[in-house]
Amino acid sequence: MRIARAHVLVGVDEEARLAGVDRVLSAFREAIRNAGLEGEVQVVETGTLGVSGRGVVLVVYPEGVYYAGVTPEDVPVIVEEHLLKGRPVERLRLPAAVPQTEPRQVLGRQVRVVLRNCGVIDPEEIEEYIAAGGYEALGKALTEMSPDEVIEEIKRSGLRGRGGAGFPTGVKWEAVRRASGQEKYVICNADEGEPGTFKDRLILEGDPHKLIEGMIIAGYAVGARKGYVYIRGEYQLSIARMQKAISQAREYGLLGDDILGSGFSFDLEVRPGAGAYVCGEETSLIESLEGKRGWPRIRPPYPVTCGLWGKPTVVNNVETLANVPEILRQGADWYRTLGTPTCPGTKVYTLLGHVRYPGLVEVEMGTPLRTLVYELGGGVPEGRTLKAVLVGGAAGAFLSPQDLDVRMDFDSLREMAAALGSGAVLVMDESACIVDMLASVLRFFRHESCGQCTPCRAGTDALVRLIEAVRRGEGDGRTLGLMTEIVETMRLASLCPLGQSVALPVTTALTHFRDEFEAHLAGEPCPRCHKLERALR
Amino acid sequence: MAKRALKAKKEKPQWKQILQKHPPVPESVIPLLQAFQERYGYIPPEAVRAVARYTRTPLSQVYGVATFYAQFRLRPRGKHLIRLCQGTACHVLGADAILNHLKERLGVEEGETTPDGLFTLEVVRCLGCCSLAPVMMVDEETYGRLTPRAVDKVLAEYRKGKT
Repeated sequence: MRIARAHVLVGVDEEARLAGVDRVLSAFREAIRNAGLEGEVQVVETGTLGVSGRGVVLVVYPEGVYYAGVTPEDVPVIVEEHLLKGRPVERLRLPAAVPQTEPRQVLGRQVRVVLRNCGVIDPEEIEEYIAAGGYEALGKALTEMSPDEVIEEIKRSGLRGRGGAGFPTGVKWEAVRRASGQEKYVICNADEGEPGTFKDRLILEGDPHKLIEGMIIAGYAVGARKGYVYIRGEYQLSIARMQKAISQAREYGLLGDDILGSGFSFDLEVRPGAGAYVCGEETSLIESLEGKRGWPRIRPPYPVTCGLWGKPTVVNNVETLANVPEILRQGADWYRTLGTPTCPGTKVYTLLGHVRYPGLVEVEMGTPLRTLVYELGGGVPEGRTLKAVLVGGAAGAFLSPQDLDVRMDFDSLREMAAALGSGAVLVMDESACIVDMLASVLRFFRHESCGQCTPCRAGTDALVRLIEAVRRGEGDGRTLGLMTEIVETMRLASLCPLGQSVALPVTTALTHFRDEFEAHLAGEPCPRCHKLERALR
Repeated sequence: MAKRALKAKKEKPQWKQILQKHPPVPESVIPLLQAFQERYGYIPPEAVRAVARYTRTPLSQVYGVATFYAQFRLRPRGKHLIRLCQGTACHVLGADAILNHLKERLGVEEGETTPDGLFTLEVVRCLGCCSLAPVMMVDEETYGRLTPRAVDKVLAEYRKGKT
């Protein structure tokens, strides 16, 4: 293999695909051939580069120059100017906070554990993952550790589930290991449907082998021989990359019978979802895998004793499993140096909305919200003021600018009656109307309620009608009280977290932004809602 | 097992091929419905019955699955599938107006197909390219920053025979 003089790393994710990355890639190959640079310059398809909303993003090494919004027409210019003449194309360069030379600068205060390889290696080549230290942890677990020792190490690391609930992963694994029965399963929940969240998709696309490694280790620890990766059906690229990664791992003897000569056998299967938000809830996901409607089960019994086909089952989120190889490789003590004592490690966020640099970031647990919004997100655009931050997706909490100093970890957020949830951070400036935003959230829940239990099915519909009345200024003095009452009933009586969690956005919006609701009720004009009313007519 | 494999033989040959990609067990219901939809663009009613027979699952349950998940379509699709995003970002930028415009121009409601079989209009929650809002996809092509006029231009192209 020849050593290339320069590398062009092109971030290939769903957004880039929609923005025409395939045409950009073929334009690159053609332009490089035309310029006679074959063998000198290597074009690599990688996962996300952590920049959102800017179309096709790529980085040219060794200089580390980032380009955004690249079209096929720009490619000959980049090849001619940058790769041939060594002059970066200024008009396409990512501005300001973005790095000039060192890749570290784009990362800023980020600490990359889960995303360590994303945007660095080619996710379709298992050799690149192995060269980056991949499958080392699996080798260590299978040859030097007993399953109980693996569980002990994970427990000691303090890793907690990244799907939203924050349940200690080691404790969950131990429960499955101790559950009676020969047949056990590992399920990776990659049915990421929370609006504004796409972190799992980018992990799947950017570093699929890390997830496979985490799942094999989980299987070894709990005594399972079979695992399923349940991926949201819309995530075509994730599904394709995962399938490719699984067949590569089989070829290398990392999946299948007698892995690495250890006597342990484990295999994986990808199952694409069919489009239901509720399937992100673990028992609905299990029902769906069994071929049924995604209707949540009544718990207990919990999946750890009675999961897939009634067998003990571990269900872990993508990000949780992606932490596992790194914990075993570098040790629980190292992991505990990151984050807070009760929430060690890092957290991946999708930073969106009215911030200057939207994208994917990974920071230590306990990082203040202010750091996320201002240092990593670059704050709201010039001349605007921050109004609210929706933390945790649609099932999240509306926070006000006074809450910016909250530390982002499971416990600190719980103290303020908020939740870390899926890790979506949606920033809103003064142009956003909270009533309108809440209406959009509630319509989402009405659409996605599975219809099984009455509090959620009827409650979400009633909430949409009430909020629409508020928006039109048609509610009365009882409307807001009624909304609070409905979400409280839903919180107490709904079968699953979908119905229970609607209380979070509603109560936080009503607490922090009550004056805005009252202004709508009093018939004061709201530019945002009026514009929408006009658009609807 | 042999008896069930025999069952598949009774089906149309091209359906047999689809069915036998997955084992004849209830957990195959969703992958099989997905396979039929991929092949035909929708799930023919007779295929719902075939899946029920093959997987030995009550027809009511298979029908329940086929109507529960947003992905499945039980009516034939037009030549071109228009998917308009109604996610949060598109909503804020006036996707409702685009939807009304599309309904008016095509003369159909959400989920319906035009009488000439050219277009099917669908509304989706989020296409994941919020930076281009409001957005629609026609088949695999994405159209962003839509206005009613831009929509008319796109429709005209497909009516002229763009594929």
